Amino acid sequence: MNLSELCDAIGLKIVAGNPGEAGWDGVYAGDLLSRAMSHVKADNLWITIMCNTNVIAVASLTEAAAVILAEGVELLPEALDAAVDNGITVLSSDKTVNELCIAIHEAER
Amino acid sequence: MSENIRFHFDVDGENFTSAGEASVAVKKKLRQLGYPPDVIRKVSIAMYEGEINMVIHADGGTADVEVRDDEIVIVLADHGPGIPNVELAMQEGYSTARDNIRALGFGAGMGLPNMKKYTDDMVIDTEVGVGTTITMKVNL
Repeated sequence: MNLSELCDAIGLKIVAGNPGEAGWDGVYAGDLLSRAMSHVKADNLWITIMCNTNVIAVASLTEAAAVILAEGVELLPEALDAAVDNGITVLSSDKTVNELCIAIHEAER
Repeated sequence: MSENIRFHFDVDGENFTSAGEASVAVKKKLRQLGYPPDVIRKVSIAMYEGEINMVIHADGGTADVEVRDDEIVIVLADHGPGIPNVELAMQEGYSTARDNIRALGFGAGMGLPNMKKYTDDMVIDTEVGVGTTITMKVNL
C-alpha cells in the first residue's frame, strides 16, 4: 500500500506535498521533538499534534515519509511554507493519535 | 591532501521559526557529498539538538562544522548563561526550559543526552555568565 492509497483508506487529508506512490515503513507517534528526533526512522509515518515549523525541521532531518497531524490540528502558516519549501509531505485527520495508529495498522493488514 | 570542508552558521536566538535551518543545511550538504545515512543521521540529530539549545537558552550563537578525512567536527558556541551543573544537565528528562518553550514540543530533557548518544565524542566547555562551547565529533 502506498501513501496515496493509505490516504484513501483511512481518510487522510493532504496538507502539503504529494503522497503519490511513495511508500512508508513503520509508524512513530509522539509530540516531544527530542524524542521524535531520536526515534523517527527514515520512511516512518510520524503522527503528532504539534503543528509548528520545528515539526517540519524534525521531519526533514529524520527523513520521515510523512507527518500526520492528528485531532484536526492545522499547520501554522510558516510551518506550511516550510513543508512546501522542504518537500515534506504533511497529512491530517480528525482521528486521535490512538485511532490513527489502529487505522493504519488495520489498513496495512 | 585536500582542504577540509567547513560550514559556518549564525544561529538566531529566540527564533523558533528558523531553528534547525543550519542542521537541515548541513544534512543536505553531507548527502550531496555522499556520506553514509547513519553518519548523516548522527550529525543531524546532534547538531539540531545543539542548535535548539542555543535558541532556547543562550539567545543564539554560532555553529561550525568541519568535515575531516576521518571525522566530522561540530562546534557550537554561545555567550549564554552557561550550564551551572553539567552532570545534572546530562541526565535524561532534566530540563530548565520554560513552559512556553515546552508548548512548542521542546523541553523533553533529551537535548544534551541525545547529543552525547549520537556522537563519538563530546566535550562541554561552559562557564556560568560567560557561555558554552560544545565540541562534538562523529567518526567516519
